Amino acid sequence: MASRLAFSRFLLQNVNKQHFKTLQTRNTLARSYAAVAGSTEHTLEVKRRIEDKRERALLGGGQKRIAKQHQKGKLTARERIQLLLDPQSFVEYDMFMEHDCTDFNMQKEKYPGDSVVTGRGKINGRLVFVFSQDFTVFGGSLSGAHAKKICKVMDQAMLVGAPVIGLNDSGGARIQEGVESLAGYADIFQRNVNASGVIPQISLIMGPCAGGAVYSPALTDFTFMVKDTSYLFITGPDVVKSVTNEDVTQEELGGAKTHTTISGVAHNAFANDVDALLNLRDFVNFLPLSNKEPSPTRHCTDSPNRLVPGLNSVVPLETTSAYDIKDVINGVVDEDDFFEIMPNYAKNIVVGFGRMNGKTVGIVGNQPKVAAGCLDINASVKGARFVRFCDAFNIPIITFVDVPGFLPGTNQEYGGIIRHGAKLLFAYAEATVPKITVITRKAYGGAYDVMSSKHLRGDINYAWPTAEVAVMGAKGAVSIIFRGGQNQAEQELEYIDKFANPFPATNRGFVDDIIEPESTRKRLCEDLDILAKKDRKNPWKKHANMPL
Amino acid sequence: MASLLALSLPARCSSLRTGRSWKILTDSLPITRSFYTTAHVASKDLYWNDRFNEGEQQFEKILIANRGEIACRVIKTCQRLGIKTVAVHSDVDSLSVHARMADERICIGPAPTSQSYLQMEKILDAVKQTGSQAVHPGYGFLSENTKFAGELEKMGVQFIGPNSKSIYDMGDKIESKRIATKAGVNMIPGFDGVVQDGDHCVKLANEIGYPVMIKASAGGGGKGMRIAWNDKEAKQAFRLSSQEAKSSFGDDRMLIEKFIDNPRHIEVQVLCDKHGNALWLNERECSIQRRNQKVIEEAPSTFVDPEMRKAMGDQACMMAKAVGYDSAGTVEFLVDSKKNFFFLEMNTRLQVEHPITECITGIDIVHQMIRSAKGHKLLHEQKDIPVDGWALECRVYAEDPYKNFGMPSIGRLSRYQEPLHLENVRCDSGIQEGSEISIYYDPMICKLVTYGKNRTDALETMKHALDSYVIRGVTHNIPLLRDIITESKFVSGDITTKYLQEVYPDGFQGKKLSEKETNELVALSSALYVSDELRSNDFENGTKNMDMPAKFELVVKAMNNIYNTTVEKVAEGFRVHLNGDTLDINGQIQFHSQLINTTLNGVDSQFQLSKRQGAGSYSLRFLGTVFPVQVLTTFAAEMMKLMPEKKEIDISTMILAPMPGMLKSVNVEPGQKVGEGQEVCVLEAMKMQNSLVAGKSGVVKKVNFKTGETVSEDDVIVELE
Repeated sequence: MASRLAFSRFLLQNVNKQHFKTLQTRNTLARSYAAVAGSTEHTLEVKRRIEDKRERALLGGGQKRIAKQHQKGKLTARERIQLLLDPQSFVEYDMFMEHDCTDFNMQKEKYPGDSVVTGRGKINGRLVFVFSQDFTVFGGSLSGAHAKKICKVMDQAMLVGAPVIGLNDSGGARIQEGVESLAGYADIFQRNVNASGVIPQISLIMGPCAGGAVYSPALTDFTFMVKDTSYLFITGPDVVKSVTNEDVTQEELGGAKTHTTISGVAHNAFANDVDALLNLRDFVNFLPLSNKEPSPTRHCTDSPNRLVPGLNSVVPLETTSAYDIKDVINGVVDEDDFFEIMPNYAKNIVVGFGRMNGKTVGIVGNQPKVAAGCLDINASVKGARFVRFCDAFNIPIITFVDVPGFLPGTNQEYGGIIRHGAKLLFAYAEATVPKITVITRKAYGGAYDVMSSKHLRGDINYAWPTAEVAVMGAKGAVSIIFRGGQNQAEQELEYIDKFANPFPATNRGFVDDIIEPESTRKRLCEDLDILAKKDRKNPWKKHANMPL
Repeated sequence: MASLLALSLPARCSSLRTGRSWKILTDSLPITRSFYTTAHVASKDLYWNDRFNEGEQQFEKILIANRGEIACRVIKTCQRLGIKTVAVHSDVDSLSVHARMADERICIGPAPTSQSYLQMEKILDAVKQTGSQAVHPGYGFLSENTKFAGELEKMGVQFIGPNSKSIYDMGDKIESKRIATKAGVNMIPGFDGVVQDGDHCVKLANEIGYPVMIKASAGGGGKGMRIAWNDKEAKQAFRLSSQEAKSSFGDDRMLIEKFIDNPRHIEVQVLCDKHGNALWLNERECSIQRRNQKVIEEAPSTFVDPEMRKAMGDQACMMAKAVGYDSAGTVEFLVDSKKNFFFLEMNTRLQVEHPITECITGIDIVHQMIRSAKGHKLLHEQKDIPVDGWALECRVYAEDPYKNFGMPSIGRLSRYQEPLHLENVRCDSGIQEGSEISIYYDPMICKLVTYGKNRTDALETMKHALDSYVIRGVTHNIPLLRDIITESKFVSGDITTKYLQEVYPDGFQGKKLSEKETNELVALSSALYVSDELRSNDFENGTKNMDMPAKFELVVKAMNNIYNTTVEKVAEGFRVHLNGDTLDINGQIQFHSQLINTTLNGVDSQFQLSKRQGAGSYSLRFLGTVFPVQVLTTFAAEMMKLMPEKKEIDISTMILAPMPGMLKSVNVEPGQKVGEGQEVCVLEAMKMQNSLVAGKSGVVKKVNFKTGETVSEDDVIVELE
């Protein structure tokens, strides 16, 4: 491996430094040969031209621009691909494709491969298709050729059933090409939509991504960003200033922090290019190649029968005190290994991927530590999108419930909590993958129904001994049941005695069993094994009309 | 002698747990003689030299007025003897180990100790309610409270500890000194009485000879205590200390004595009964201390020879007899470099570090305390007390050793595994996986005791025990403990009470790895990475990546250095080449286990994977300290060089909570100007008040917490402009 790596480094460095000079001399020579040559010379010249083009393609926008890219703390399109994929696995498509624009003298400036590198390769031995926009060529702007290249790999990915990973670093549309460029975007969007739910699509934003370009990542399943060097926005700060007179920096408007904490556009952000790409490799290992393939099963040394004694005391004795649902999740999944999605957005719900006995599961949990784990607009949308991804790709869903209800208030009502909350409800009700639910503590009101309840076709529903399933907490309930009654304290006690326990739900079969927390992992692993054969289909329809 | 049916404990404890079944056993065994031996007949039995009379009367039910490990410790002995136990607990402790171990449990109030474990009335009620015949107070809390002992006496309930008079006499520094002097115990040269004023202080100091120590009679914990090297300092020390004593203890009586430079702290365990018998159970070396709190103890001491041991033991017993002592107790001595020892004080309770004495004497001290309290005679003679082997105790605390040798930390023990799978390891703890270390109580996690036939063995076992001890969820002091036990001065036994300050003048900064150790860490990291890569490419239901290289060229970033390694997968493990060396790492690296046991070039080696952050980043606990490492392929490392260094956030404008606790006071408000070093708030955490100061001058921008609120570690309390 050493020699292979050394060679590629050699290519990158030495070729980069001296290449332009030699290219020029060779080109002149080639032309003069061609004038006089017979067929042998011609063949050799074509060969040389092929080599020249290849070498030029490897250089992208040239050494100077590469240096500039590095100065900004960013890697080149090719370096990124090399990091993302297994060594030597990359097979490039359309290295010789060039733009065909002739306006504004564009025919004089052409780069083999134009402003994107596309192809296929492997991540941990598994096939993926990839495109990587090259900022050193026309600022990575999207030409007709650029779009065609991306569309080609997407088509291939659909054909064979493999994920598409886009590494975005583009200034936007190739303005010189006009509507050609816009058409290109739309062609990509259409493919994003066609591929949605068929193959996993992942976007990693590694530089600017502005204007119409943002909608491709937005259509993909997961959008990750690189801290400090990536931006996503509809219009940049200058336009914002001229239209709304608002002063805002790029970072504030569309940086990684904004999109991972405020807007929820991005699913996570990483420290730098290298960190992001290596983490992406880990992430892809959770996902199936397509909706027809199972998730990869990793060899697991963590016993499925492992008891987790720490879970017995994770729920505090006082029903009003908080705890960290991630303590539960980390304790249950294989090897403490939980890949959280949107860790900094709508923290009152936790979603992410883990493995149970080696197989990928999607985990959703209310987070009592943040806003008491209530469901609000952001949490509902975050949860719904995750549940739908899992359902689309046959990933079983495990739900940990500790929810006091939906967040009340004008803010939420005006924001449309009704239709946003309905998304999560819709997603759970629609999902046909194995669904296992563990009520760790509160399951109150409509939120109880929503959180993968038995009534929404939950396959196995458990309660911990600390579970309370009721319409609402004691105080509120008593004031309604015994309106104006005298002994409020006594009535509350009566209510607590009746409802602050798992029995009302177990008595009716809405919960299948009360389990000791420490046995949760064991039970879930057993159930997942049984449910692997689950076969349920929704009634035929063109598509559902979910409350968007 | 025939009437004294003494029995060594193995027969009693190893076979059977309850008193009832024990009786069946002893009935069926024709034991009619007294036997005991210093050889470990059954070396795994902890109390091989414990003695009692067959069929002697014992308490039927004992209430333990304590919590945590010491409550568990006492309950264990009671269970062995078939005595019923009652635990008292605060509400947050209702599911704690000690409460669940006991036969009965009574909640005595909310979490703060002043409202629960220190509530004498509630505990007395619990005694009545449960019909307990005796109370074991453990240490701390009410263990040296004469009023508590007195109240119990009134109720006709036995206090398992010394009589109130000896507690009272030994609790007062002046009184205890008088008794000690009278008993002929070596005293630090000083003045027997109260220093009247500054001039008197100077006069006395000159008589004793400088340096002298001026300290408050009612003092403790370093308060009201000063050292003077000349007349001027003596005068000033008297003035300041007496003021401090008055405000801290409401008692400004001052004492003066010779100051012992570079002393050792060595104490003698004594065991007495109500029949005037007193035994000494050898010494404990307790010099490794921080802020007057012991960190590592051992028995015996490397510094004490048999002659000195006998002299110290005899004096300790003289002291005990003089005060009419009738239980287990400890006489503390200061020892100078010439092996002169001086009486310091007597602790009239079971000491935290008693297990190491039990290890080398084979006696269950708690059992003997209970026997004494019941009025039984001690069945040992002095000649029956051996020094058998060597025992070490490390106090494993939930605290950050990088801050002032230990600042309390809190959290939930998300993973917890004591190294009990190793031989010759004893863990006295009162927690388990899932337990919460809270701000309300002592942050001690466990007393980790190892023993062996000699000190080297005990130290070797301690190394493995610390390396194998899995604690996650709270910061703990194992890095410091692990470093001390291999530090050359400690290993050679060259220690004083100033050990920590001398060995770590700039505070503890983590294990400093030697070149060999560094190579080992780098090699282990590389092997870990390759294991991770190999299994990430091997799916049970799909492709196995056949393109995996036979050799991995890696770059390891550790401790701000870069190391190039080559890793080969070989049949039994990995062969790592680095810096011209070859290291063979054998054994399975499995990621579900926190503890990874391997052999490194044939030598057993334990390390722990504390965290797997992804992208080749791991945190490895190696030789106690957690080292963050990053392992990359050579290409990724090359690319990493192009990545910009992230700027660290300027935190001088923020006042962060250094540890979790409660804000005693917040002294600034938004808009207020503060100078550098000005106190902005006081944080109370685990009995300590910490003044937090502004890192630079500026104007207060925001105050995020109010007085009385609790904060977590690294919470921003105050922000400056």
